[in-house]
Amino acid sequence: MTGSIMDTFFEECEELLEAMDAGLAAIEEGDQDPETVNAVFRAVHSIKGGAGAFGLDDLVAFAHNFETVFDDVRSNKLQLDEKLIQLLFRASDHLSDLVVCARDGGQIDEAHHTVLIAALAEYIDEEEEELVFEPMGMGAAFEPAPLAEVQQETSYDIRFHPLKEMFATGNEPYFLFQALADLGTLSVKLDDSELPGFDAMEDGESYLSWELTLVTGESRSSIEAVFEFVEGLCELSISSEGDDAAEADALAALNAAFGIPLAEDDAAVALPLEQPAPEPVEASAPAEVEAEEVPDSAEDAVVEKAAVAKKDAAKSSGPKPTLRVELDRVDRLINAVGELIINHSMLAQQIANLDASDTRDVETELEGFKNLARDIQEGVMAIRAQPVKPLFQRMARIVREASAATGKTAKLITIGEATEVDKTVIERLADPLTHILRNAVDHGIEAPENRAAAGKDKAGEIRLTAAHRSGSVCIEVKDDGAGLNRKKIRQIAIDKGLIPADAELSDSEIDNLLFMPGFSTAKEISNLSGRGVGLDVVKNAVTALGGRVSISSVPGEGSMFSIILPLTLAVMDGMVVSVAGHTMVVPITAIVETMRGNEDMINNLGSDGTLLSIRGSFVPICDVAGSLGLRTSTTNEPAGVYLLVETENGDRCALAVDDIHDQRQVVIKSLDGVCGNVPGVSAATILGDGKIAMILDPESIVTASSSAAVFDTDRRMNNAIAS
Amino acid sequence: MQLQAETKHTEHSEFVSFTVAGQAFCLQITQIREIRRWQPVTVLPHAPADVLGVMNLRGAVIPIYDLSARFGLQQTEASERNVVIVVSVNDKPVGLLAESVSEIISIDPDDIQETPQVDSRNTMDFIQGIISQNDEMVRIINLNAVISSPEQVSL
Repeated sequence: MTGSIMDTFFEECEELLEAMDAGLAAIEEGDQDPETVNAVFRAVHSIKGGAGAFGLDDLVAFAHNFETVFDDVRSNKLQLDEKLIQLLFRASDHLSDLVVCARDGGQIDEAHHTVLIAALAEYIDEEEEELVFEPMGMGAAFEPAPLAEVQQETSYDIRFHPLKEMFATGNEPYFLFQALADLGTLSVKLDDSELPGFDAMEDGESYLSWELTLVTGESRSSIEAVFEFVEGLCELSISSEGDDAAEADALAALNAAFGIPLAEDDAAVALPLEQPAPEPVEASAPAEVEAEEVPDSAEDAVVEKAAVAKKDAAKSSGPKPTLRVELDRVDRLINAVGELIINHSMLAQQIANLDASDTRDVETELEGFKNLARDIQEGVMAIRAQPVKPLFQRMARIVREASAATGKTAKLITIGEATEVDKTVIERLADPLTHILRNAVDHGIEAPENRAAAGKDKAGEIRLTAAHRSGSVCIEVKDDGAGLNRKKIRQIAIDKGLIPADAELSDSEIDNLLFMPGFSTAKEISNLSGRGVGLDVVKNAVTALGGRVSISSVPGEGSMFSIILPLTLAVMDGMVVSVAGHTMVVPITAIVETMRGNEDMINNLGSDGTLLSIRGSFVPICDVAGSLGLRTSTTNEPAGVYLLVETENGDRCALAVDDIHDQRQVVIKSLDGVCGNVPGVSAATILGDGKIAMILDPESIVTASSSAAVFDTDRRMNNAIAS
Repeated sequence: MQLQAETKHTEHSEFVSFTVAGQAFCLQITQIREIRRWQPVTVLPHAPADVLGVMNLRGAVIPIYDLSARFGLQQTEASERNVVIVVSVNDKPVGLLAESVSEIISIDPDDIQETPQVDSRNTMDFIQGIISQNDEMVRIINLNAVISSPEQVSL
């Protein structure tokens, strides 16, 4: 039981840490919105609270320091300067390390821990004196009342009714009351009038309310601050005799809003008119000490209205309601939908084979079935789709650490954080992206003095972009460094025996040498990138996801890695073709055009090159059967059908196949772990007749065949690049 | 229960024997998931000779190996009469093509003999012992050697 609660806590921690990072990033961007600061504060506080419940003392202690500093920030006692923001970032990184340590066990970096606590303490110490009697403010917008006035004691009547959700989140009224008692003299009265009979009582429902009377010198806002963490989880009304003036103002504000003039002195009317504040109670709070007579009922109504308004505001701006579901369940659903789609194509095939005279009605219904299946499939995939934002946020940390370790300054700019990608893809992208970003900082961005010499800004810039592009997801990492040193890369490849010394390679071929196994440009092994593993690891990881990675570079301006990934890992639209007697599937997204072959279209070029003429332009022909080794290549004879495909770098190529059968949705079955990488094939699928068909990867077929023509000598490299 | 099963296990092990290229082989019955009639498989491009292709096993794509070719014997001309023995290696199903399944033999582990050294490395690596059954020699296949890891074997 404890285990599962703890799991929930750690799951929540992950979300909170994400929220914290997002907030910090926004603050770094110059967002000084008190709500942002509050969000971070709440995140840290919630982690601290949860950690306390599980006795994770290290975590609590650190979170407490962190939180204290942040509390000063949000009450505007600490100015957020560059230095402090950097410290907060480091603290947030460390906090997530601590969470991971608490979850998985393992050692924390004691020295680092102590240094950070000390650094945070520096900020706290300066402010400690004030902290003692400065109440927790509601944010920067609110100016604390002058000291002299605050010292006067006021009696507040607080009515507090927790909703059942409050208990579900582990909040305990007792602690709230305790916190109130710290503010002044508190008397508590339990209201159990709502308590039904024992039989009618429902499990988990909240029936109790409390009426509290607090005599304190503190301001109203400090009382509200006590309830800040249960905001929206309880019904709360706070009123006081001393509040009457404030209530009158608020009432005036409301009346003014409704166009009812109120006989009051000028100041009181002017104030609400000037600021039609959404929270009239707070806006007029400084005037609270002036006492005036207002009927009780009216007063309560106003407070409650304000509270409701506030709650609504919180609701509309808060996150959408979500449902936590085990991944297993979603995956089972996805599998079932996959089978459903296979089942549909089997049915369609059976009906086509039927001897019935009129199958039109059935086919119409079947079409409806297909559409429904597709809807379900899209819906299910949408469940798995998640924005890349958390992943990108983690990358910000990688860049921070990498630049600290290399003594370079690099800034990560993320674009398209809201792009949604399959959860598995996101998870499996973390490692390759980390690798690429470390590389970008370590090898891409130049040292500050070199940058200055080249007339660039001292701080390097790395752009991490995610975008949807025609059925796939494109993720790019672009740095503004020196670009690739092609001469050096070529030399290393020759030295390591990866290419023959006289190989003629185009620029892009040289760039792609980086992805070959056993290639690493770092002369000495730095502890950042280049610890024996090269970019081939990145390539393998991306290929395993059915994606492609490529690199391009402009000397002096930087280099760019692009990763192209399929949107879903489960289903795609494919064209069913036959190749040398085998049924195969070509992804629709790759096909630009299809055409029947005839002899007039074929043109020879050189001894064995053939080009297909399409409306006056010529594109190379690639025989699929030949490139898969299913029969010897015969490109001079017209094939049944040509599929015009466009590769990632814009080259066009005509794939020669024997025939086209059908266009349909196919369920992708990974060959990963079944037979490793098969050149030219990206995955397999199961057809309507229960047979397996290979899903072709046009990109790798084209690359393999064109580069084979360029230098057949090194088959190894072709395979490395193609796979 | 566990203990009982184990003691029983040491008393008698059950093996399924089958023929591959005219020779008798066997696998422990617990290693076998099912036995299916041969059906044409989907050929994998660029696959080595002993990988016949992939087959659809209730929605899963599983690789099929030709045991005969794997042992360095002649390649099997697969037909309707042949069988595919589905085994589980590292929790992944893998199909092995054999000529035909013969019988289930129950044997005392003490009766398993060590493989005598012969000069046929290709076969030797895959055999972990031999059993004498009705005056015939039955070779026990070392499954992990035959399919060390699917990735490794493929290319």
